[in-house]
Amino acid sequence: MYRARLFASRHARAYEVIYNATSPVILSTLSVINKLTKGKLDRPITWFEKIIKGFLFDCQMCGNCVLSSTGMACPMNCPKTLRNGPCGGVRANGNCEVKPEMKCVWVEAWSGSAKMKNNLAIQEIQFAVNHSHRGSSAWIRLAKENKQIT
Amino acid sequence: MSIPDINNQAYAYHPGELLPELEGHISRGRFERVLRNGDFAVTAELAPPDSTDRNEVFEQAALFDGCVDAINATDGSGANCHMSSVVVCALLSYIGYSPIMQVSCRDKNRIAIQGDLLGAGALSICNVLALTGDDVSVGDHPEAKRVFDLDSISLITLIKKIRDEGSFLSGRTITNPPQMFVGTSINPFVPPVESRILQLEKKINAGADFIQTQYCFDMPMFKDFMSKTVDKGLTEKAFFLPGVGTLASARTARWIKNNVPGVHIPDSIFKRLEGAEDQKKEGQKICTELMQQVKEIEGVSGVHVMAYKQEECVAQMVKDSGVLGDRKPWSPNDEY
Repeated sequence: MYRARLFASRHARAYEVIYNATSPVILSTLSVINKLTKGKLDRPITWFEKIIKGFLFDCQMCGNCVLSSTGMACPMNCPKTLRNGPCGGVRANGNCEVKPEMKCVWVEAWSGSAKMKNNLAIQEIQFAVNHSHRGSSAWIRLAKENKQIT
Repeated sequence: MSIPDINNQAYAYHPGELLPELEGHISRGRFERVLRNGDFAVTAELAPPDSTDRNEVFEQAALFDGCVDAINATDGSGANCHMSSVVVCALLSYIGYSPIMQVSCRDKNRIAIQGDLLGAGALSICNVLALTGDDVSVGDHPEAKRVFDLDSISLITLIKKIRDEGSFLSGRTITNPPQMFVGTSINPFVPPVESRILQLEKKINAGADFIQTQYCFDMPMFKDFMSKTVDKGLTEKAFFLPGVGTLASARTARWIKNNVPGVHIPDSIFKRLEGAEDQKKEGQKICTELMQQVKEIEGVSGVHVMAYKQEECVAQMVKDSGVLGDRKPWSPNDEY
């Protein structure tokens, strides 16, 4: 939802706190579930992730989640799907070149990031999306790899 | 079937020979040499033709003879169809020019781009400019599929990997990797203005060797940006060539402002154009003055001239500006 996602990047610090508190719990729970069920619950978990992140961030399920590095603004909502934006076409009012009625995702990302404690994460280079992960759950993948949610 | 003898005259093809390798240089092209030599460099943009006639490319390039160090070949600029930038650069390098191959992420995925880079290397193309690219919706094929598999920073990362590690993204070895001098663009004039310097830093960290900016009409804003760039030490890591351009009239300027993404033209420029008797001449005068002004800014290594549909005026403007001093850039009439 557009309004929910603007809310997220504008309250990126609060979201960061919630993220930091919940992500280890989510991941270790998923890790246990995964071991017990041997991946039988992957589909409902993916569906659940899609609903939650879809509502909060307009998540596109790219399977390469970088929300906490992009000021809580999902870069896949950028019409050019930039991972290191913005492009040079941003309008003077901060709106998107392609969708004039929409706030530039990356203008939101940089301002969201500036509010966060880990405001340097946005300066890390994000290489292009791995399209083979499209539609899959980033949570499950990270739980399997024993990594932090990013 | 016998294998063709490549030394046979019928197969002989001599693209512009590469210059000898130099210590501390990335490419074997002339453009990098000019910059590393500390000379003020001039680059200009060539608009690839809507034609298969290669003479149209040569005729346009000849307009820049003796006033330009490298020629940018645009890659479907404004998301419009034209001759491909790889081929324009190949034609230019064939007669010895130093082309800068623009690569936009809009039309090709990582497989196509890596293939083009190897091809470009085989044709002695030494410079590449990594761009995100205008969206398809602003061009003449708005119904086309947008690719954007990479963005400009991913593209710089890719080119650097190919060059320095000698392998494709997949890890597969490239026996003779292309030694490309990598550039990119930055637009310091549009939001988020305060984050653009950080984004520039990111581009340079990714591996950009030179930067050509979007049209620079707002000098105070650009000076401010460059002073931040110098403070961050970024001018030590990359060469800066701000973009300047000609505006044919106040009406054209207004059209560009409203229709070309990312061009910021301050009111003072409109006032000057509107108050002039000959608006076209005034537009060129503004461009000439901008060249002189950018040369005075600390950290600037050259200037990039974008004179769309006024390419024939570039030589005169560069001459009038005096930015080259006594130096005359190489042209095909000179010894290689």
